[in-house]
Amino acid sequence: MLTLTCPCCGITAEETEFAPGGEAHLKRFGPDSSDADFEGYLFARKNPKGVHFERWRHAYGCGKWFLAARCTATLEVFGTYAAQTHKPPADLIKKIKAKRPEWEPQA
Amino acid sequence: MSTRLSKGGRLIDRAKRLNFTFNGKPMQGYEGDTLASALLGAGQVMVGRSFKYHRPRGIMASGVEEPNALVGLGRNARFEPDQRTTTTELFEGAETRSQNHWPSLEFDVGEINDAFYKFLPAGFYYKTFMAPQAAWKHLFEPIIRKSAGLGGVPKEADPDRYEQAYAHCDVLVVGGGVAGLAAALREGRAGKRVWLVEQSAYWGGRTPVDGGQIDGFEACDWIKTTLQELESMENVTLRTRLMAAGQYDHGYVIGLESVGDTRPGADLPRHRLWRIRAGRTITATGAIERPLAFAGNDVPGVMLASAVRDYVANWAVSPGDRTVIVTNNDDAYRTALALLDAGLSVPAIVDARETSHGALPQEVKARGVRVLEGRAVAKVLGRQQVSGVEICTQAGEGGAIETIDCDCVAMSGGWSPVVHLWSHCGGKLIWDAGQAMFRPDPERPPLGADGTAMVQVVGAANGDLTLAAVMGGAGLGACSSDEAAMMPVWQMPAGAPPALRFKSFLDFQNDVKVSDVQLAAREGYESVEHTKRYTTLGMATDQGKLSNINGLAVLSDALGQPIPATGTTTFRPPYTPISLGAITAEAKGPLFQPLRRTPMQSWHEARHAHWEPVGQWRRPYCYPKAGESHREAVNREITNTRSNVGLLDASTLGKIVVKGPDAGRFLDMLYTNMMSTLPVGKCRYGLMCNENGFLMDDGVVARLSDDSWLCHTTSGGADRIHSWMEDWLQCEWWDWKVYTANLTEQFAQIAVVGPKARQLLERLGGMDLSKEALPFMQWLEGRLGGFDARIFRISFSGELSYEIAVPASQGLALWEKLVAEGKDLGVMPYGTEALHVMRAEKGFIMIGDETDGTVIPQDLGLNWAISKKKSDYLGKRAQQRPHMTDPNRWKLVGLETLDGSVIPDGSHAPADGYNANGQRNTQGRVTSTYYSPTIGKGIAMGLVLHGPDRMGEVIEFTGEGDAMVKARITDPVFYDKDGEKQNV
Repeated sequence: MLTLTCPCCGITAEETEFAPGGEAHLKRFGPDSSDADFEGYLFARKNPKGVHFERWRHAYGCGKWFLAARCTATLEVFGTYAAQTHKPPADLIKKIKAKRPEWEPQA
Repeated sequence: MSTRLSKGGRLIDRAKRLNFTFNGKPMQGYEGDTLASALLGAGQVMVGRSFKYHRPRGIMASGVEEPNALVGLGRNARFEPDQRTTTTELFEGAETRSQNHWPSLEFDVGEINDAFYKFLPAGFYYKTFMAPQAAWKHLFEPIIRKSAGLGGVPKEADPDRYEQAYAHCDVLVVGGGVAGLAAALREGRAGKRVWLVEQSAYWGGRTPVDGGQIDGFEACDWIKTTLQELESMENVTLRTRLMAAGQYDHGYVIGLESVGDTRPGADLPRHRLWRIRAGRTITATGAIERPLAFAGNDVPGVMLASAVRDYVANWAVSPGDRTVIVTNNDDAYRTALALLDAGLSVPAIVDARETSHGALPQEVKARGVRVLEGRAVAKVLGRQQVSGVEICTQAGEGGAIETIDCDCVAMSGGWSPVVHLWSHCGGKLIWDAGQAMFRPDPERPPLGADGTAMVQVVGAANGDLTLAAVMGGAGLGACSSDEAAMMPVWQMPAGAPPALRFKSFLDFQNDVKVSDVQLAAREGYESVEHTKRYTTLGMATDQGKLSNINGLAVLSDALGQPIPATGTTTFRPPYTPISLGAITAEAKGPLFQPLRRTPMQSWHEARHAHWEPVGQWRRPYCYPKAGESHREAVNREITNTRSNVGLLDASTLGKIVVKGPDAGRFLDMLYTNMMSTLPVGKCRYGLMCNENGFLMDDGVVARLSDDSWLCHTTSGGADRIHSWMEDWLQCEWWDWKVYTANLTEQFAQIAVVGPKARQLLERLGGMDLSKEALPFMQWLEGRLGGFDARIFRISFSGELSYEIAVPASQGLALWEKLVAEGKDLGVMPYGTEALHVMRAEKGFIMIGDETDGTVIPQDLGLNWAISKKKSDYLGKRAQQRPHMTDPNRWKLVGLETLDGSVIPDGSHAPADGYNANGQRNTQGRVTSTYYSPTIGKGIAMGLVLHGPDRMGEVIEFTGEGDAMVKARITDPVFYDKDGEKQNV
């Protein structure tokens, strides 16, 4: 059972206090999008063994969504950050690169 | 025979005698005894029969690793099977029963299985008892099932109380032996918040029995002073009888504390399940001695060498008068010294090594004990107890050189570190060839949230087997006897023929022998995980604590590969079994989950409403009167509502306020129709879809003001829809200025429904509720008979209907007022079933009935509620996908049975032909089906292929059993098609 720190209220809490929301930084495709773009948005998920960016909600706490960078293999949490962003913060990327030199952030 | 010694026994209090029974026979022990030491002290060597072959079995160990000596404990509701006698503390009045035999322990019919062992090898059920086919089900399987297995199951509910507790600490130290004490002392002195837990009732682990010096003190004195210092530290918590069962992610550890086990009926929780969050875990869990595989190594009286000296030193119990020690290492010689010190006889030590010249063997030899080097046990003699051993050379094939009379055999095959907690969460192991053991690999520890090691291992659990090595690891000086190298022995003798291997047990609890593992290897089982499941090696309640390493060594040998290439099976929690009661704790009965109550709940309770669970609410299904069935009550409630006036407690309905400059724009994205254009004061029915296009919720939206809307959701969907809204606002359109608030519990809501609804409300006074002042699909705010009311003119029944929302605190008073004022109008409450039937009579869909996560609004004929003007809404793009626009999608229709019966729930309409799996093709299914007292027959809604184009056609649905029900396809609106009744 993981522990995560909510970047909104600052509380570090047990996984049971949070609700998972799948992959972070998806780009929404709407009515005018191509079949391929829409299929990618709706179904294609990365599911890597290693560094992954995820959505979580502090469901039984402040209620806010946030994002977490986590290693799916070792369960190490590199950091959590506000959901109102299109990409992970630069300092977090730097921190992950330092710990996982072989990892390359995807566009 | 075993007996109690006249003096000694550091853990027992001879002044306190305790009475207990074994198979009804009265026995006595002392306070401080375990059931095992008390049984041995009372001369009971044979304590059970084995799982498969019904072989007599005795006590083999002195701790959690015990495979054989499991008993049924207690009686009636407090009976519990498979209790380990070696870890169960004796208490006054304990009732124990041996297991797996009939008619008695001494004379057991099932023992015939042992003679037929050749027919019951590993995986026997895949290859024998095959013909005739029917015989397996009716003859072989019932007999085998009856004869196999361990204890029985109690028939009554457990009367005991269990609880759970949380603990947080910087460092959790697991194991109260000297390594754990030293670790706790170091961390405690450093100011850390420390928890030190020990599974047994006493501190010090093996050291008080095995002796030595620590930091210049006798070990026992060092333990005592260390405990005193730890107890004096406010930052250190000490707990005995607390077993750390599992290590999980990010420092989460589950522990089981035995609280009231020895005081049945006392006002104590029996077990307490600890949920511990530790910054770091230090495991000082020690090591477990391995048995040796020789023929008859399971005969009662054959024990682990360490257990033999434990019984002598801890409980003053002699396991036998004459003990032959069989070993491949120096440590077992300590058992000889303990036995000699107690005045018992050691006729010989059989050492598989060619030479034994360590300090301990020298000491034992000096005391005149015969040491047979390079020798082995060919077989154990005796059946219900050891009577002797045949000695042979270890290198040979078992030809007997001599026979030695004895009544106890103490065996030692070396030690295996307890690496369970290390391994539970990903810690890796390395093979230590010198000590023939797997031990934790410090380079590959389990990692915590910050990516650093969250578990450290100290002491014997780390492979440091001598006191000097253990304390050296803790930075303390210690002295203990030097030990010479052990010699790995996986089969004794090395060239044992099949007859001996057939009786050389690896897993005692599941009756798995050397021959079974070798058979598995011959039959192609190369993976240790597959071999485990095929042979059941390590799958019993002891989870292979004794058998694991021996078993995979035999497998490696059979496969011709080194042991590390075979590897271990996966270590999974719990370390030893934990009670289901502790997992459940207080979460049962009314505390199983929170119960949400409406403001009118007490009124419903007082009328003995029949309940229906709806999410975490309980809603009245109906209000049966005396002598009335539920069905009759529902019919009465419907008829009364349609002819007079009915009241429904609609407080559970979700009520979410959406407010802000961008609220209209936001709701246009959320709902399939347009909400931004809804005028203030009006209501509109709306549908919500997910991004897959599937319908997920519906409800009436009311525009409260220029910038705020009230969204009604389904009763079960309020929280889900609120978090769905928040998801889009926080994660996608975070620059939109919108607030949401879930006000579901802030308001009570009462539906006043029926032709006399307006008449009833007018009696309360204060508001003009005429057709002109409050037309259909509008709302008004005001004072209604002294209540602060918001009245919505909406209908889910087709009748004239008002839904009145008042602050929750006024809900019960308004409800009671309506009941009192409406007496002569025939006012009656109605429940959820009447609600369901009435909405079905009107052809209104219900989320969860007509929808199941694969249905789009277009399937339900709801195109009128989907905006054509909007360029986007959630689900719009998905609804353009080819499968969603396929004209062959099943569509909603009404169904009227020809014979008036009710189509069973979940019925399908078969079509001609069969699909690729040989199943009948289908052309539709029922989504809602009821008896309609209004129409006077069975009505249903369903999704049918090309349904709307087949009005009037009769198709068949599956009925009860093989019967078919004929139904005519109709419009789904059965009642008041033009909506005149709701619009008066």
